[in-house]
Amino acid sequence: MSQSDKKPLRAVVVGASSGIGAALVRQLSAEGAHVAALARRVEELESLRDETADSPGEVSVYVHDVCDVDAVPALLEELITELGGLDLLIYAAGVMPSVGRDEYDTKKDLAMLEINLGGCVAWCNPVANLFTTQRNGTIVGISSIAGARGRKGNPMYGTTKAAMDHYLEALRNRLGDYGAHVCTIKPGFVATPMTADVPGMFWVISAETAAIRIMRAARCRVNSRYVPMRWGLVAFVLRLIPSFIFKRLNF
Amino acid sequence: MQDGAIAQPRRDWEYVEGWGMSSGSAARVLRPRCTEELIGAIQSARRDGVTLAPRGAGCSYGDASSQSDGRVLDLTRMNKILSFDAETGVLEAEAGLTIEGAWKHTLPSGWWPYVVSGTMYPTIGGAAAMNIHGKNNFRVGTFGDHVREFDLVLSSGEVRTANREQNSDLFHAAIGGFGSLGVFSRIVMDTKRVHSGLMEVRGVSTHDLAEMMAVFEAEKAAADYLVGWIDAFPGGDRSGRGLVHVGRNLGPGEDAASSDSLDPATQSLPANILGVIPKSEMWRGLRLFNHDLGMRLVNAVKYQSGRLEGMGDAYLQSHAAFHFLLDFVPNWKWAYGRKDRRGLIQYQVFLPDETAHDTLLELLERCRASHHVSYLGVLKRHRPDPFWLTHSLDGWSLALDFKVDDARRSSLLEHCHELTELVLAAGGKFYFAKDSVLRPEDATRFLPSDRMAAFSALKRELDPEGLFTTDLMRRVFPA
Ligand SMILES: Cc1cc2nc3c(=O)[nH]c(=O)nc-3n(C[C@H](O)[C@H](O)[C@H](O)COP(=O)(O)OP(=O)(O)OC[C@H]3O[C@@H](n4cnc5c(N)ncnc54)[C@H](O)[C@@H]3O)c2cc1C
Ligand SMILES: NC(=O)c1ccc[n+]([C@@H]2O[C@H](COP(=O)([O-])OP(=O)(O)OC[C@H]3O[C@@H](n4cnc5c(N)ncnc54)[C@H](OP(=O)(O)O)[C@@H]3O)[C@@H](O)[C@H]2O)c1
Repeated sequence: MSQSDKKPLRAVVVGASSGIGAALVRQLSAEGAHVAALARRVEELESLRDETADSPGEVSVYVHDVCDVDAVPALLEELITELGGLDLLIYAAGVMPSVGRDEYDTKKDLAMLEINLGGCVAWCNPVANLFTTQRNGTIVGISSIAGARGRKGNPMYGTTKAAMDHYLEALRNRLGDYGAHVCTIKPGFVATPMTADVPGMFWVISAETAAIRIMRAARCRVNSRYVPMRWGLVAFVLRLIPSFIFKRLNF
Repeated sequence: MQDGAIAQPRRDWEYVEGWGMSSGSAARVLRPRCTEELIGAIQSARRDGVTLAPRGAGCSYGDASSQSDGRVLDLTRMNKILSFDAETGVLEAEAGLTIEGAWKHTLPSGWWPYVVSGTMYPTIGGAAAMNIHGKNNFRVGTFGDHVREFDLVLSSGEVRTANREQNSDLFHAAIGGFGSLGVFSRIVMDTKRVHSGLMEVRGVSTHDLAEMMAVFEAEKAAADYLVGWIDAFPGGDRSGRGLVHVGRNLGPGEDAASSDSLDPATQSLPANILGVIPKSEMWRGLRLFNHDLGMRLVNAVKYQSGRLEGMGDAYLQSHAAFHFLLDFVPNWKWAYGRKDRRGLIQYQVFLPDETAHDTLLELLERCRASHHVSYLGVLKRHRPDPFWLTHSLDGWSLALDFKVDDARRSSLLEHCHELTELVLAAGGKFYFAKDSVLRPEDATRFLPSDRMAAFSALKRELDPEGLFTTDLMRRVFPA
């Protein structure tokens, strides 16, 4: 993100119609960035655009389903042409359907894989190629603390996030050779439509607060950051618990 | 994205820049793997009404293969060797084959490309399009002098074969025609017999430009290769001091272990410096010296060690080490900066023998006076060739590397325009592979007007819509 002082930051946010993605779009446009906001729900996108109309930045919205991976290269070209280049990609699209304790629904699980991981790969790959050749740029991937251990609650959701962590780390190591950067964000509980029905949440922060911390981490070229940071301690402890005990824990 | 029955190449969206990194832009890059896909890319560009910039390995320093308004046609995946005759040394290959790919294939049978550049990464298509020269230009001519035949894919999609008999106008125009007439898809070229993988190299230290030029003239008859390195910092009677490397190919029987030395594995450059420092990180060390003071020091140290080398005997060196020294430190150019449009430009001037010495001295003096001193100066000797827009002539060239950053960009451009005036007044020429600064009015002064007119007529005939357009063409030959 080493855009020079004169030029506005040019960003693409995938998964921008609500929650963390929408908050990031609002924050970036308030800072004067040119943002392309992508998601499936057109009304939500349009109200985001109207809401940011008076901001110093510029927001343009695009309807896109990340499962349509074949459409990504052409859409990316269009976005870059419109924005006049690209400095930042944020991948925030994700789903976390509720999964019953005894539910084994392959269709549901693979849908999560497709959106949380497949879409991430489809967007990050071509952008990594661009950032390598332009020798700068930042990719921010919104993962989750849920990738820390395989818990009983939602096996596939955690799997997609653990896989995302691995993939983003590898991209970071590749791009680092060229001066570009990848930042992995692992939020704890954030109050968004995704978590509206999740019971027993604690240390909850707003999407706006999450957006501020995410951008701070990205600007400081942090490799991987828990948001808020105290979740790092939780993850640390979680990882220390031996499997024979972890097996017996019910969360 | 299937285009009817036409094969479509893989495409990416990338930042495409000149090798010197000082200019570039993001563009759609198409990478055809065969002639059918190449034709497919040409047809879809015509249909969409966008221009195409042919691009090899992107080793031209400036904007010769960049594209700020259209698509880039990257030929590096069309790199198959189609045939090689170990008896005659005739190599037939797709145009995206690199010089590295060529020599690694021919050397084991005792053949080496006649003309190679200071780096082995250019493609033979890029080498033909720029009609590149080597350290032996004075002896064997340019790259085109050793091309027998090529296939050129025209904007209509037609594949036209040209050689010295058939379509000989096209042959002499497209070689050195910087990709504007069509895209080379196949090239047939001669290579040169070598009896060893080693060369005999001798250093001759010279304390000014006149002495360096005298060494060239004295060695010219017997040497296979001659190159002079010049320290551009000192003035007065040390101006143009430096070191000449005289290279000679070994004759039959001179290398008893030639089967070893002809093995490409023994040509490779070591991966670590002193066995520990990874080469890939060396540019970071060089960066510490990448300013006027540091480079003054580096050049002075190099000059002094050159004096020692000059006192010693001739030594043996592999072809790769002699020719491609610059490839030894990967990404050394990053020492000039890695960020947005920072980097270097090369400014290479070609001067007729009669005016060369005085003009070069004046040029070095002006560089010092304007505080744009080149960090690397290289002198070569050249001879004319029959290609229409060739840069070569009976004379000398001096290549200067200038650092570019935002603070110096405009004053550097100004400085180069002044030098250009000096060179043109002395009957000199320029070379598009190295150029970043020429203006249309400069080009018309050194390109012969009859040849330029014939070239433009051919362009109108073969590419009436201007499909093949690069940033260089936009800058130097605006419609
Ligand atoms: C470190 C270094 C040292 C060098 N030393 C020398 C030297 O000693 N002598 C010398 O002469 N040059 C030298 N060069 C310059 C280099 O050899 C030329 O710029 C060469 O043209 C690069 O080839 P390329 O494949 O990278 O092509 P590019 O730079 O990508 O393209 C060069 C031109 O060829 C056109 N082109 C490329 N492929 C095709 C094709 N298949 N069909 C039609 N047009 C095509 C492009 O449109 C462009 O106009 C050096 C460059 C570097 C970086
Ligand atoms: N909230 C939390 O506590 C929490 C904690 C950790 C990690 N996260 C992660 O943070 C990210 C953002 O989640 P959130 O909490 O902000 O939830 P959210 O409000 O539901 O936002 C999810 C976003 O992803 C988009 N999306 C979903 N499927 C898509 C598809 N197929 N194509 C394109 N876009 C799609 C949604 O837009 P459309 O539906 O309009 O397409 C929406 O904009 C997710 O990856 C989530 O896993 C959240």
